[in-house]
Amino acid sequence: MFRTRPDHRPETVQVFVEGRALMVPEGSSAAAAILISGLSSIRETAVSGSPRLPWCMMGVCFDCLAEIDGVANRQACMVQVAVGMRIARQHGAREVPR
Amino acid sequence: MSLVPVQAAEVPRKFDLAIIGAGPAGMAAAITARECGLSVLVVDENAAPGGQVFRAAELAGADPALAHDMAPGLELIARFRALDITYRPGATLWMLDPDTGTLSLARQGETMEVTADRILLATGAQERPVPIPGWTLPGVMSAGAAQIALKTAGMVPSGKVVLAGQGPLMWLLANQLIRAGVMPVLVETRTQPILRTALEAGGIFSGFGQLAKGIGLILKARQAGMRVISGARHLRAEGSARVQALRFEGGVEPCDTLLLHEGVMPSTHISMAIGLEHVWDARQLCWRPKLDVFGASSHARIAVAGDGAVIGGWEAAVAAGQLAALDAGLRLGRISRADRDFRAEASADALLQARALRPFLDALYAPSQEVLAPPEESTIICRCEEVTAGSLRWAAAIGATGPNQAKAYLRCGMGPCQGRLCGSTVAAVIAETRNVPVEEVGHFRPRAPYKPITVQELAGAQLGADRLS
Repeated sequence: MFRTRPDHRPETVQVFVEGRALMVPEGSSAAAAILISGLSSIRETAVSGSPRLPWCMMGVCFDCLAEIDGVANRQACMVQVAVGMRIARQHGAREVPR
Repeated sequence: MSLVPVQAAEVPRKFDLAIIGAGPAGMAAAITARECGLSVLVVDENAAPGGQVFRAAELAGADPALAHDMAPGLELIARFRALDITYRPGATLWMLDPDTGTLSLARQGETMEVTADRILLATGAQERPVPIPGWTLPGVMSAGAAQIALKTAGMVPSGKVVLAGQGPLMWLLANQLIRAGVMPVLVETRTQPILRTALEAGGIFSGFGQLAKGIGLILKARQAGMRVISGARHLRAEGSARVQALRFEGGVEPCDTLLLHEGVMPSTHISMAIGLEHVWDARQLCWRPKLDVFGASSHARIAVAGDGAVIGGWEAAVAAGQLAALDAGLRLGRISRADRDFRAEASADALLQARALRPFLDALYAPSQEVLAPPEESTIICRCEEVTAGSLRWAAAIGATGPNQAKAYLRCGMGPCQGRLCGSTVAAVIAETRNVPVEEVGHFRPRAPYKPITVQELAGAQLGADRLS
């Protein structure tokens, strides 16, 4: 879990992590928002269902795949937060909607 | 090879030089290329220029935890922004056809194609994987990840923080965390003795400035009261749903966040995907593209500069970017050979100076064999497909001669990261099992799309072809 330092990054943006409203510093990635939210995981893996949080934060590892504004499998660390962004966890493998 | 049929008439924009990456190498190359009169496109995945070392510098520059380290980047960014350069942040290169010079980009939900006479890959470095038991547990991250969180959002890990591993970044991050109000514990895995390594590797006199800076970081962290445990081996992250402790031979450190680091290596995903010739760097223990002194690669249109070419740090990246841009100016007929060589002198000198200490650093922080090829069978190597060291050894024993064969056996390297993170470990484990040098087993051959794109983005590729701006 991470904490912000509002004295040094006063500007914030409201996003929704798993439906819960959260103020995060401007410039945060969606992955950073999840780390601030204290969620125990951002996704469960497609193979064994084990929980994951971001590993690299720079677009290499793809461990931060999440559903952002309704689009699944996005690299949360590469998406900068915007006002009202909805960030949701992924459970297991994606399925094509029927 | 094009996934999207695009007719010539639909190719909207053409540049003299396209640069992939707006880090120190990319920015410096763009500035020099503009000075040579080239039209320049810079695409970068991040929201602002700076690369990783100066990531979000325009935001982080005022943060007392980072201000000192960001200052040189701010100067470079200001020069970059002031020039007439077509800069597209938040853009992902998902395919590159070097023969036609076509770049396929995804940006804001759309894809588009542009062409360039010359293309410079300035894609930087990535952290070496640190595949210890338990490294997939939530709460375990790379050290660079925590630094990026600090730079982009000013945030720090709460609770007890353990840094484990080795390398210059560890001491830099430790100082930044301390300034940001977090006192970590450092569990260092360094095995090489400092003095003997320095005498053997050399460079400590010509690289004295960098050495002094490094020693300063070590002294400052120790003076601030950071506890340092040296010579740790057999690291293991423990916890059930989340990391709770780092265990190592002879000790255990409880932690809420564990930050691992064993150095960096060139990010070669794109340079390998387009088939550039690569060489094995026995000193930095990584593959790197084969380049001439100006960064020109085995393909007539492509150059590579910065840490994506060879690990040298940001000052070396700036100099290498300038050299590649001058060479582009010559190749595209804007400056003469004599002019290129005259202007290149200062950059070549700066490059030498910036790299002076590197042999010492490479030798001092050489990762141990247990980091390169994890000994324990159950350790996960491929985080995406959850492939273990044991299964990889089995595959190598029954006939997987290299990483590309192992893919077919186990799916390692076939998950969403496409082998970016596991590639070096997969090769090292196979090499160890087969008892051959790692360069002999080869490396993954990545393919486009380099990053996942949606069907919607693909379908819109032709419609979006004229929408670069």
